[in-house]
Amino acid sequence: MSDPLYAQQSDFWYRFAQDKLAVSGGLIVISLFMLSFLAPYISPCDPTAIDARHVLTAPSTKHLFGTDDLGRDVLSRVLMGAGISLKVGFFAVGISVLIGVLLGSIAGYYGKFIDMVIMRFVDTMLCIPSFFLIITLIALFEPSIWIIMIVIGATSWMGVARLIRAEFLSLKQREFVLAARAAGAGDLRIIFMHILPNALAPVLVYATLGIASAILIESALSFLGIGVQPPTPSWGNILTAGKDNIEIAWWLSLFPGLAILITVLGYNLLGEGIRDSLDPRLR
Amino acid sequence: MLHYLFKRIMAMIPMLIGITMISFAIIHIAPGSPADLLIQMNPKASPDAKARLRAYYGLDKPLPVQYYYWLKRIAVLDFGFSFSPDGRKVADKIFERMPVTVTLNVLSLLLIMAVALPLGILSSMYQHSFLDKCSTVFVFLGFAWPSFWLALLLMMLFGVKLGWLPISGLTSLNHDTLSLLGMAADYARHLLLPVLVSAFGGLAGMSRYVRSSMLEVIRQDYIITARAKGLEERSIIYRHALRNALLPIITLLGLSVPGLIGGSVIFETIFSIPGMGQLFWASAMSRDYPLIMGMLVIGSGLTLMGNLIADLSYALADPRIRVK
Repeated sequence: MSDPLYAQQSDFWYRFAQDKLAVSGGLIVISLFMLSFLAPYISPCDPTAIDARHVLTAPSTKHLFGTDDLGRDVLSRVLMGAGISLKVGFFAVGISVLIGVLLGSIAGYYGKFIDMVIMRFVDTMLCIPSFFLIITLIALFEPSIWIIMIVIGATSWMGVARLIRAEFLSLKQREFVLAARAAGAGDLRIIFMHILPNALAPVLVYATLGIASAILIESALSFLGIGVQPPTPSWGNILTAGKDNIEIAWWLSLFPGLAILITVLGYNLLGEGIRDSLDPRLR
Repeated sequence: MLHYLFKRIMAMIPMLIGITMISFAIIHIAPGSPADLLIQMNPKASPDAKARLRAYYGLDKPLPVQYYYWLKRIAVLDFGFSFSPDGRKVADKIFERMPVTVTLNVLSLLLIMAVALPLGILSSMYQHSFLDKCSTVFVFLGFAWPSFWLALLLMMLFGVKLGWLPISGLTSLNHDTLSLLGMAADYARHLLLPVLVSAFGGLAGMSRYVRSSMLEVIRQDYIITARAKGLEERSIIYRHALRNALLPIITLLGLSVPGLIGGSVIFETIFSIPGMGQLFWASAMSRDYPLIMGMLVIGSGLTLMGNLIADLSYALADPRIRVK
């Protein structure tokens, strides 16, 4: 096993396995995935079935998390919400990584004027309060789960762009790039086949933490009423019902909030763990 | 220093232009134009009136020309009139809301610094201690805790269960009848929960940052020198390490402005506080185009100001920046 790449990777896994917090983050994320896939099979009730006779009933053995203002089973809705959150998190981050990688590598590789224009654009986007931008965009279009993913992605790519650009600035000076160019590789080939694979590790950390923040933003938007629209359950919009019934139904506020907290915590722990294991000096 | 100030302000100009371009573009790529919306609201409008309206908004001209006209007006802070029934000037509506939001954010920043500084310093001084571990747990929870959920829980506890604090608005119904001191206490009671909630999220980030910044500084050669020449620990930490560790915090404070302004939408909506965030929310929900554009530009302008102030304070504190 003298392959240096292999040695690096096994180092990574070794350090990762040593980090209790990182491993527990990973376990949380894996269990969330399983829960969201199993949700349709393990949910005790239909998450959208309205039951007018059992409105706002407190947690019991029949409804472990109680029922909401329309008599729907909160446990089933929270379980179903897991899938929605993961979907929003992954797609939004996918979009933001796509935009960030594209603009960052162009800026870093070509430099000069193109770099200046793109980085000015990044600075400007960072100046506009992103929550204002998100709300404006959603209000102008119709709120739907797709619009939310696109809007969150389109307002959170700036960090990735900066990261990738910085990596490109240093990587493009290396010998292997020179060698590739000498061998006659074109710009596109050098960018995507040679430099980009070497620049992606820090993006992994950024993306993991990004999923956490995308889930937080989605739940905030759904809580405010412009996110995922009922009857589709989302942790945010269950909390809205919690706020409306704040004086009588504590369970409506407690469980979905806990779900968000644990999910975001899991991704944050995982992301920080990956960062520390990739580069132990940063610890 | 003046030269530096001039340079920083010049660098702001392309950013300002960028901000206006993005705000303008967003409103104009959206389906339906401002004039269409006004016309929809008044089905009796004659074709003649529609044409006049389009001309007023410059919609009969090409986009770049529209942008130029709009830019010329907002250069003197003329954002036009709100579409809402009161039809007031956009600038007036925004500026009357600004003090509430700025006060709330300044208070929460003060609270953040008051807690994060000692917490960060202590956990860096006693790295890996019990206190350090507790603060790490707190930091992770703080990052993951949705602020609106915290607001909800605190409202439930202090507002509903215990009944100690009001859960909405800025003043009580009998506010005007109170004495001066009573009025101040009334404001304080109403602001306590919102400030607590908005500080909580920032608290985690800030105390972690103070800690890692301190840890980095403590490893520097000049700290070893200070130890070697026999200075006592207090003096090493507070006179030598802390001052240097705090420098990057200034930049961080500047960078947190857009998040604070954006976050105010959530707090002000939950606690029904009549500030910029609530105004923005109302304007977005009613598609009040002039107000939305005004808020985007002014909100970003505030961010630019925050960054400028941070840059200048950094330069004042650190002579190396000025010379460069």
